[in-house]
Amino acid sequence: MKITCNGETKEIPSNTTLVSFITDMNLNPDTVVAECDSRIIKRAEYDTLILSDGNVLELIRFVGGG
Amino acid sequence: MLKVNEQTVPYQEGTKVIDLVHSFKPGADLFILNGYPVSPDTVVADGDICCLVKYGETPTAEEMASLLVARHTPGVHEIVKKATVGIMGLGGLGSVVAGGLARIGVGKLILADFDVVEPSNLNRQQYSISQIGMRKTKALKENLLLMNPYIVIETVDGRLTEESIPAIFRSVDVLAECFDNPAMKAAALRAVLTFMIGTGYVGASGLAGYGDNNIIKTKKIHDHVYIIGDETSAAGPGHGLMAPRVGIAAHHQANQILRILLRKINTD
Repeated sequence: MKITCNGETKEIPSNTTLVSFITDMNLNPDTVVAECDSRIIKRAEYDTLILSDGNVLELIRFVGGG
Repeated sequence: MLKVNEQTVPYQEGTKVIDLVHSFKPGADLFILNGYPVSPDTVVADGDICCLVKYGETPTAEEMASLLVARHTPGVHEIVKKATVGIMGLGGLGSVVAGGLARIGVGKLILADFDVVEPSNLNRQQYSISQIGMRKTKALKENLLLMNPYIVIETVDGRLTEESIPAIFRSVDVLAECFDNPAMKAAALRAVLTFMIGTGYVGASGLAGYGDNNIIKTKKIHDHVYIIGDETSAAGPGHGLMAPRVGIAAHHQANQILRILLRKINTD
């Protein structure tokens, strides 16, 4: 199954949740804003949202410091 | 006509600044003509704006406004003084962003932080030794009013949450995200993209250490929504937050806020 993440095509297994996709990229899901097919995803949905073939994902990752 | 300390007075050819001093502000120490210091022998021209300042006296609201108008142009001043900007987090980013906006006369600032000033903050945050232990909201308000006593400052003490941000900042034109905690940076952006569509937003990510100046960028991610930083330089052991580089990011934020207010938004 293929999705697009930040403009790049990624091959992922079916039934991949958003949270596992983010974690597999070595990112902390709490520090990431996710937009899936132009919809901002609530943090509580990261664990249940199952990615589908053709999804266009935008991830904005934050690092600490201010 | 001339404007002298906000009074309109008839123009007479050959009038020098020193003549205005004798008539309007005997003992003035500083002579500002159209926003720039001049010598007392300067001959004024019709339409000039002259501000005569005595050291140690606080300029009146009108005098302060006329100084800002002369520097920024009347059109810019009008927009800036009507604006409201929210600042979430008053650390190395927020305290600097707030100073920049107060100095240019942004009419109202809403300052939010839960913390007090600690000695470890002073390597980058705009507080002083005498303010250690004070709430940052109170200390920053005090400092900003020394820079510009004629702006309105509201303070919010306590921790912001993804749920509370839209209500607390519903009246702002632009919201500055200046948090330290990356989870709060993400939460704030999510709140704005979900519940505050159309509000300007300027966040920051990646500004620790003393790396290259020029990889700190202002990136547009949505209409009126920008994130500033190098995207990767996290604060951590051996890679601390330092005034110079945090200040670069903070001033990117302040200038982007001004650009949003003036609707001269980057298209790239």
